[in-house]
Amino acid sequence: MTEQAAASPGPVTADTAEPLLRTDALSKHFKIGNTLSRRTLHAVDDVSLTIGERQIVALAGESGSGKSTIARLLARIYKPTSGEIYFLGKPLSRMHSRPDRLKYASEAPMVFQDPFASINPVFRISHGVLRALKLHRPELSEQERYAEARRVFEVVGLVPADQALQRYPHELSGGQRQRVGFAQALAMRPRLIIADEPVSMLDVSIRIGLLNLMAQLRDEQGVSILYITHDIASARYVADRLIVMYAGQIAEAGPVEEVLANPRHPYTQLLVSAVPDPRAQPHVGAETDRGEPPKVIDPTPGCRFRWRCPLAIDICQTVTPELTQLAPDHDAACHVAQSGAEVRAFS
Amino acid sequence: MSSVPADFPGSTAFPGSTAFPGSTVASRAADLAATDSAVMLEVRDLTVTYAMEHGTVTAVDQVSLDVDSGEFVGIVGESGCGKSTLLFAIAQLLGGPAAITGGSVRFKGRSLVGLTDKQLAAVRWKDLSVVMQSAMNALNPVKSIGSQFKDAMRAHGVRSPQEIAERSAEVLKMVGIDPTHLNSYPHQLSGGMRQRSMIAMAMLFTPDLIIMDEPTSALDVVAQRSLMVQIKELQQQLGFAVIFVTHDMSLVSHFSDRLMVMYAGQVAELGRTRDVFDDPLHPYSRGLLEAFPSIRGPKIRLTGIPGSPPDLSLEYHGCRFAPRCPRVMERCQTTPPELYRVDGRLVRCLLHEHGRDSAGIDSAGIDSAANDTAESETKAETDQDVRSEP
Repeated sequence: MTEQAAASPGPVTADTAEPLLRTDALSKHFKIGNTLSRRTLHAVDDVSLTIGERQIVALAGESGSGKSTIARLLARIYKPTSGEIYFLGKPLSRMHSRPDRLKYASEAPMVFQDPFASINPVFRISHGVLRALKLHRPELSEQERYAEARRVFEVVGLVPADQALQRYPHELSGGQRQRVGFAQALAMRPRLIIADEPVSMLDVSIRIGLLNLMAQLRDEQGVSILYITHDIASARYVADRLIVMYAGQIAEAGPVEEVLANPRHPYTQLLVSAVPDPRAQPHVGAETDRGEPPKVIDPTPGCRFRWRCPLAIDICQTVTPELTQLAPDHDAACHVAQSGAEVRAFS
Repeated sequence: MSSVPADFPGSTAFPGSTAFPGSTVASRAADLAATDSAVMLEVRDLTVTYAMEHGTVTAVDQVSLDVDSGEFVGIVGESGCGKSTLLFAIAQLLGGPAAITGGSVRFKGRSLVGLTDKQLAAVRWKDLSVVMQSAMNALNPVKSIGSQFKDAMRAHGVRSPQEIAERSAEVLKMVGIDPTHLNSYPHQLSGGMRQRSMIAMAMLFTPDLIIMDEPTSALDVVAQRSLMVQIKELQQQLGFAVIFVTHDMSLVSHFSDRLMVMYAGQVAELGRTRDVFDDPLHPYSRGLLEAFPSIRGPKIRLTGIPGSPPDLSLEYHGCRFAPRCPRVMERCQTTPPELYRVDGRLVRCLLHEHGRDSAGIDSAGIDSAANDTAESETKAETDQDVRSEP
């Protein structure tokens, strides 16, 4: 039966109108300061996004943009301040029973950033995978669990799987450990893997291998992946859709090629212009921007990018721009772009 | 050599830099690097060894590098390739189990290896400063930026409060930070501003050389690019030399004059940055370059470099990159390559043993190849001797 599990990545839901995962005006605020100076940090504000079946969605943005908070909200590590997450049409806030929660945890597992901290160093590699299988797929016998662990290790390229399972974490390189992370997630037969900066701690020479693995999991196992990254070039390499976040809000979203070829939000343009590209000729641009992080503590209405935006107009100071469709399937939250004017802030 | 403890295992194998096998390679490196007499930093056959529980690990293996005044040299490589150790060895910051076991570091004609702490203190900040990877850890969290600047200046004999205040404000302005932040504490600044203030501090005395260890790795792309542009501008304006260590090859592509690619503690390739990028000779350089997805142009499937970064505690009989090399030959398993000089570049790959990719063999090439084989045999023996000691 394990072989079948490998071949069929789960049936497409009958209700095709409902995406795999959808968030509706999701917000997460943190209270900071003491009783005398109570302030609120708006880590995620009013984020509505969807992730479809067999899709890699890249969530890109600078540090502090709220992308990791979204991962934690989706993994139910944090509870949203307001808004709702729907998984296959079911709201997460109404999943209370232990079986329901376990089922969601197995269908949307998380892969963490640091492969050195996320695996228990005192156990063999097999420990984590087998434990997860015991918890999430109790119907399997001990032999079946081991066979399943072997299968997922082969899928992620840790071969020979029998030997790899017997290793200790310190015997593996960073890239191999991160593959263990994906294998553990895969063992639970997930629909969606939440990957928070899965390659940023790895050496450049092995990053590509992991990105190729993510594409392979999508194409062969039918898993969707939320790929959280600050590296927009790797997002282009692997993702189908790109969501650019700024200061806890979505700045721009759409198919990755379309967004990068024709960025409508000034922040996306800034991000694209700042990517070092050895193949391109040196060019001048983005020098005026210092990359200072946005203010998200008790923000006032208005565009949060306005202090850094060379195109800011009066309305940007007072009205928060809404995410609006500007081209088919391509949304941006920018007053200037929405007014129909051409946006060329950074190039 | 005085920094080597007497009982350091393997130290007897390196009695001095003159006795080094392969020193002719180094002198060729010198030919290449010392194109004019402006050499400020001269690193020769520098070898750094870590004393481990199970023997020794040579993290930096006979690295030679010259830096001219006003030059921007990039050093790239994966984690564990020895790039940070090299940099620490140059700045005489090694401690604990690591020690320089061979070679020399000459800065402005004076050997830095073996200087006392007091002698080094006079050089540090004034002639040579180091910007560390994590400014969060490098800055004192309980002192304001200004008082940390003051410490460095007072250590070098600047006493006048007015002079200190003026210079501190000046360098902070240079890196684009408002001088009011002299009163700020590190936690009140963003990551980018902290790195900038570290660089400002490094410029207090306008040193001749600033060594930077991945100063931008904690920053995101926008801040990273802005900082790189600023470093380059200041460097051109003030004329100091920079050694910039990074794992991100694309970062230095537009900024450094020369590029050194390190692999497993050795120089894999050294040449002008543009040459290395346009036409990487070493398969590892090529692999590193092709490991980056591009933001523009057609989408190509990339493969990266197979395998894992090298384990320096293992013994290598041939080329250290052979297990991961797409162009590996039979000889690579047994013959450790030397640094060959190809088109004004140095490359450690048997493909280029007789000049570029085995093509165009001239008599000089054959001569040096013969020498190299002899040298590499002695070297292999020495390596084994060193590693077989407990």
